[in-house]
Amino acid sequence: MTRTARRTRRTLQVAGAGAAALLALSACSSSSDSSAKPDSSASAKDTSKLSGTVTVFAAASLKESFTTLGKEFEKAHPGTKVTFSFGGSDTLAASITGGAPADVFAAASPKTMAIVTDKSDALGTPATFVRNQLEIATLPGNPDKVTSLKDLTKSGLKVVLCDKTVPCGAAAQKALDASSLKLTPVSYEQDVKSALTKVELKEADAAVVYKTDVKAAGDKVEGVEFPESAKAINAYPIALLKDAPNAAAAKAFIELVKSAEGQKVLTAAGFLKP
Amino acid sequence: MTTGLDTSDAAADTLTGGPRRGRVRKGTRRGAPLPLLLPALVGLAFLLLPLVALLVRAPWRSLPDQLTSPEVWQALQLSLVTATAATAVSLVLGVPLAWLLARTDFPGRGFVRALVTLPLVLPPVVGGVALLLALGRNGIVGQWLDSAFGITLPFTTAGVIVAEAFVAMPFLVISVEGTLRAADPRYEEAALTLGASRFTAFRRVTLPLIAPGIAAGSVLAWARALGEFGATITFAGNFPGRTQTMPLAVYLALQNDPAAAIALSLVLLAVSIAVLAGLRDRWMTAAS
Repeated sequence: MTRTARRTRRTLQVAGAGAAALLALSACSSSSDSSAKPDSSASAKDTSKLSGTVTVFAAASLKESFTTLGKEFEKAHPGTKVTFSFGGSDTLAASITGGAPADVFAAASPKTMAIVTDKSDALGTPATFVRNQLEIATLPGNPDKVTSLKDLTKSGLKVVLCDKTVPCGAAAQKALDASSLKLTPVSYEQDVKSALTKVELKEADAAVVYKTDVKAAGDKVEGVEFPESAKAINAYPIALLKDAPNAAAAKAFIELVKSAEGQKVLTAAGFLKP
Repeated sequence: MTTGLDTSDAAADTLTGGPRRGRVRKGTRRGAPLPLLLPALVGLAFLLLPLVALLVRAPWRSLPDQLTSPEVWQALQLSLVTATAATAVSLVLGVPLAWLLARTDFPGRGFVRALVTLPLVLPPVVGGVALLLALGRNGIVGQWLDSAFGITLPFTTAGVIVAEAFVAMPFLVISVEGTLRAADPRYEEAALTLGASRFTAFRRVTLPLIAPGIAAGSVLAWARALGEFGATITFAGNFPGRTQTMPLAVYLALQNDPAAAIALSLVLLAVSIAVLAGLRDRWMTAAS
């Protein structure tokens, strides 16, 4: 008897906790919706005083530099907060066209930006703010003596590429095609960071990733530049979104990214000027 | 493809010998109270609505084209083979483990049981990284496997099976352990007093007794292995025909061609329904 009673109570507790979590979730989403609307209309008139949260959807490769820029922005405009969602550009584009509440979208390729502009979810024409070049990431010390893209086709070498559907994979394929090389990797990874991780964990001998990723990985990988990468440089476009809840602050953030100060942070991370 | 269905059928066959408790109490089912009925219906709708949406928005016109591509069949075949192999691995290792947890007494048994269920709460991607650290080329056991036997698991089909078994086995262990606890140990004790060894008693008495639990656990484990994504892509990577299972193909298709992703999902859905329908007469009715 007591045991069943206790069990029922526990079930109820669990159910209660679940319901509370659900409520919290729904409360969260509705509050951000409702608070955002008046905010945007108010701040649109008064651009001198920025406030509220700016939500930035950005390609995974921008993680380090945009986080730095976000902190600078918050310092320059007290009362604002920049929140980021980093991920594969395709995934982010899909969630924006699906109605995710974001202010700014920074993609790793014009093709993924086009997903958003095709649905006219962006305001104005997206501007290219940086470019990124590919680089080979090898194990520390380069034990396999990789010096060129051709070296990656050596048999017995475990190479990972990004999948062709993501920008870094498309660029790698372009570079390989340009030098008519045929490379069979052990895996096509779902984004650039997972390709890099395979080398960091020493499961793969080499990966074709962005220069910026090699830089961000520090001494866990060694970068090898290759001339063919000049034929496959990715342009990164940034755009203000049509349904931006906080358009004024979002505009200011885009200005910061494009400013000399912003470019300094980005080039320090290994990006090329637009 | 056939192997996948064969095991499930075999699993269901063993069930026909099992007890059929469900049939007895059919009369007591009338008149569900409203506080139970309402949330039950909402719950049902909640589970079914996304599947209905998938069917409604499916690109029916281009479906034949989407499904005749060799990549789809390659991925489906790989999924069925690896899920079945992972279930087999789980059976061979999981049933004895469940027996150990249910029938023997050793210090820290509760703790061990908690450890066994850990892969259930672990995010699969973390599970995949953990597998790399253990069985990867540079892993604790993996580097030894590599130097002694020249075996490396990441980026191979065997690696897919390892990742799927890691995630799916706890389902089987928990299911079988629950059945073992519910089964009357006196039958085994009787066999022991009649001179059977403990292993013979397990094989001839316990195993037939818990067959329904093993079958149910196998189906759960198989289904979990079939849908496995995170651990697989992290540990085994993604290469068509070798490690690209259906869930991986669906995820990557979603990146640039949502219609293809929906088509692939429908195939996976159809296979799952076919397997469950194949088991319906024997398994579903016995469980209800």
